[in-house]
Amino acid sequence: MAGNIWVLAEHWRGRLSDLTPELLTLGREIADGLGAGTKLEAVLLGHGAQGLAAGLAADGVISIDHAALAEPNPEASCLALAALIEQQKPRAVLVPLSNVAADLFGLLPARLTVSLVNFCRDLRAVDGRLEALCVLYGGKLEATVAISGAPAIIGVLPGSRPASAAPASAPPVTEVTVELPADLRVRFETYVDPEPGDVDVTQQDVLVSVGRGIQTQDNIALAEELAEALGGAVSASRPVIDQGWLPLTRQVGKSGATVKPKLYLAAGISGAPEHVEGMKGAALIVAVNTDPHAPIFSVAHYGYAGDVLEFLPALTAAVKARKK
Amino acid sequence: MNILVLMKMVPDIVEELEIAPDGKSLDVEAVRPIVSERDDHALEQALLLKDKSGGTVTVLAIESRDVDEVLFTALAKGADRAIKVAAGEAIFTAAEAAALLARVLPAVPNLMPVQLVVTGCQAIDDLDGVVAPALAERLKLPYLGIVTGVEAEADGSRAIVFKEYAGGTRGRYSVCLPAVLGVQAAPKPPRYVPVAKVRAAMKSRTLECVEAPAQEERSLLEIVSMTKPQAAGRAEMLEGSPEEVASKVAEILSSRGLA
Ligand SMILES: Cc1cc2nc3c(=O)[nH]c(=O)nc-3n(C[C@H](O)[C@H](O)[C@H](O)COP(=O)(O)OP(=O)(O)OC[C@H]3O[C@@H](n4cnc5c(N)ncnc54)[C@H](O)[C@@H]3O)c2cc1C
Ligand SMILES: Nc1ncnc2c1ncn2[C@@H]1O[C@H](COP(=O)(O)O)[C@@H](O)[C@H]1O
Repeated sequence: MAGNIWVLAEHWRGRLSDLTPELLTLGREIADGLGAGTKLEAVLLGHGAQGLAAGLAADGVISIDHAALAEPNPEASCLALAALIEQQKPRAVLVPLSNVAADLFGLLPARLTVSLVNFCRDLRAVDGRLEALCVLYGGKLEATVAISGAPAIIGVLPGSRPASAAPASAPPVTEVTVELPADLRVRFETYVDPEPGDVDVTQQDVLVSVGRGIQTQDNIALAEELAEALGGAVSASRPVIDQGWLPLTRQVGKSGATVKPKLYLAAGISGAPEHVEGMKGAALIVAVNTDPHAPIFSVAHYGYAGDVLEFLPALTAAVKARKK
Repeated sequence: MNILVLMKMVPDIVEELEIAPDGKSLDVEAVRPIVSERDDHALEQALLLKDKSGGTVTVLAIESRDVDEVLFTALAKGADRAIKVAAGEAIFTAAEAAALLARVLPAVPNLMPVQLVVTGCQAIDDLDGVVAPALAERLKLPYLGIVTGVEAEADGSRAIVFKEYAGGTRGRYSVCLPAVLGVQAAPKPPRYVPVAKVRAAMKSRTLECVEAPAQEERSLLEIVSMTKPQAAGRAEMLEGSPEEVASKVAEILSSRGLA
């Protein structure tokens, strides 16, 4: 099966996403693993975004420039990428699993009537075949998956590989023109940025982060007390925000903030990939969860299989006792 | 606006998940099914639109264990109709589910066309695709996912749809109706309905059942094996009473100048 390895060069509001250079590292490995002259190509969809091509560590960049691609538009990007794929027949397309590319990786395989390989954490070329390791059920199980057919559309989670370094010299860019309908059914209008919050969770040295395991809004006071004793702030996982218990600006993860505090104490958080991508860079991670198999324990440095409602006040007391 | 909400059951991952004897699938007998969390938000979004500007809300699910209670709960919350699709086979890949839904929807009496199909977005069990965009492709409707708010435009031909990006930023889109939307979170937490009202719905309301013929849908993915994640970078687990562990943690923090 011939065909090159493509990486969707994802960018948003003028910047390449952090995931793109990770995917380029992975893509390079796969292209080398398949051998036989397989190239790594980055695909850049946008409008006036060609300047980003110079930062892509690939053998070549295929660029489609169209006004409808100026901001994320799943309808436009799916039509453009599907046309390009049909024309050039890549072996596999690595797409970042991010909110920006999300609709595209849902639509594209359906349009091409191929399977999506979702939640991919690792990918290998084995005897000319592709094999993926995929994370299911919020990180509780993993599946090893053999992929047949081409193109394989592979949705890759953050953290699959270290980011590639910027290339020494800019890769060659090929401009491709595609026709898109003038009357797209999905139209981007504008961005709505959030009101600045009371605390900026990205600027804290200590975050006491609460998840669904905190159970009630009232119990968040237990985390507030600990955060106060440690001179930090309270952040949260998505369900806590969705319940309206804390403002959106406190959310950590894919749709929220990416944080790198000196201490991240995860209290009643299961450790779903969408949460972990926002906090895995913390210097010290302590997790408390009643479930000893919770995925959070594989990113934490220290863990306690116990009840947060008992642990939080106990730690607050222990911290205060040390200060005396 | 007439709205269709699609709902599905997923394993409750707070429970332990077991791998079936074949070594490559989930032991479905051992799981506790719950409705996919995002579907509750999809239903809430649909009910908010109905509260504001009228219309009907229909919920539809493929038959599976414990799904009746989910459908009756939706009726108790304010849905007008609840439809259960009997499909023979119990488990579906995303591609199968999308194909089946695309075939069954036109066959439901007095349902289509609706102005909006809302689904939850990204359930935790998707390996081979995402159902809502695949369904949209098959129905030839536009799709937008990771949606956190929907407002109908006055003339009913388009909707204003908010889509979530990182750091709390949202994109505002205008989407031509009818459309399929994958809802990430409703603008308000899903409404609560007391058990007594659900019981009352079970007595006074009925689920409409429709048959869907079985089908062949080829997947290009083959699960070779399923495993529990290896405990590679596993945390050092601290043992003891909450107080004992708290004092160990306080000591660790203090040694790093954090407490
Ligand atoms: C596109 C997309 C974007 C997303 N973005 C984000 C994001 O930005 N941030 C985010 O967090 N999530 C995000 N999610 C959601 C994510 O997939 C998970 O659903 C979410 O992180 C789960 O939050 P949780 O761990 O608090 O809840 P759960 O997964 O329900 O876990 C609760 C945990 O609490 C434990 N527990 C229960 N009681 C106790 C107790 N008394 N003491 C101790 N532990 C207890 C349980 O064992 C369980 O492990 C996103 C999902 C999607 C699809
Ligand atoms: N078998 C199904 N029956 C009904 N709705 C479904 C089914 N599969 C998926 N859906 C809908 O599509 C959403 C997204 O599913 P998924 O693509 O599996 O993440 C679900 O939350 C449901 O709203």
